[in-house]
Amino acid sequence: MGSLAFTVTTRNLDLSTVVQIVSSELASADTSAGAIASFLGTVRNENQGRRVERLEYEAYEPLALKAFERIANEARDRWPDARLAVHHRVGRLNIGEVSVAIAAAAAHRADAFAMCRYAIERIKQIAPIWKHEFFKGGDVWIEGATVNPDDAEAREVAYRRACV
Amino acid sequence: MRVTVRLFARLRDIVGTTDVVRELPSGSTAAVLWDRLAADYPELNPYRTAVSTAINAEYSRMDRPLADGDEIAFLPPVSGG
Repeated sequence: MGSLAFTVTTRNLDLSTVVQIVSSELASADTSAGAIASFLGTVRNENQGRRVERLEYEAYEPLALKAFERIANEARDRWPDARLAVHHRVGRLNIGEVSVAIAAAAAHRADAFAMCRYAIERIKQIAPIWKHEFFKGGDVWIEGATVNPDDAEAREVAYRRACV
Repeated sequence: MRVTVRLFARLRDIVGTTDVVRELPSGSTAAVLWDRLAADYPELNPYRTAVSTAINAEYSRMDRPLADGDEIAFLPPVSGG
């Protein structure tokens, strides 16, 4: 897996970049992959009844990159020949901007779609990244999952969501 | 021994800074470090069971003994994606 496959950046994210990364990895390897699925997360204008004005993302970057690598390794355990690229944005994001871009390559389309979903579910479970929501009338840190990367049950939850 | 604490998101807001240097008896665990920090900043207390730990940018456990020079990150519940 090339070093560009996982990044945390303040710059705008671009879907074609992550797709090209997994695509070029397929081209340079003798692989059975026959499908690439992709995902973009974007900033919503509403959350739990609040009118969201912007988000500010923060990451513990060195560990976030290791989290993405770990997720890719988990994916390869499930889906042989799997390839994954994850780019996550940090800093200030306005409504509609892309916060995360994922490309997942696998042998067949069902695997590629499932792996892409698995990756975003696991990111939400274990990646040390936080969103600070600024809404009309205030702001709040969003606190989702308690991080435990070795929790097999959480991994199963992500897998089941991916394969429904 | 001397260790550096890294704080994120709401935890950083509570303590008011990203990095804190602390002196600890050698052999202290991350849990001891957390408890000392929470004694100084009681608003941290509700996070006791929700916080996770990384040592030197590797996922770790609260019961792991620390070494001089370690960087300990306390991670509140995450919300990436």
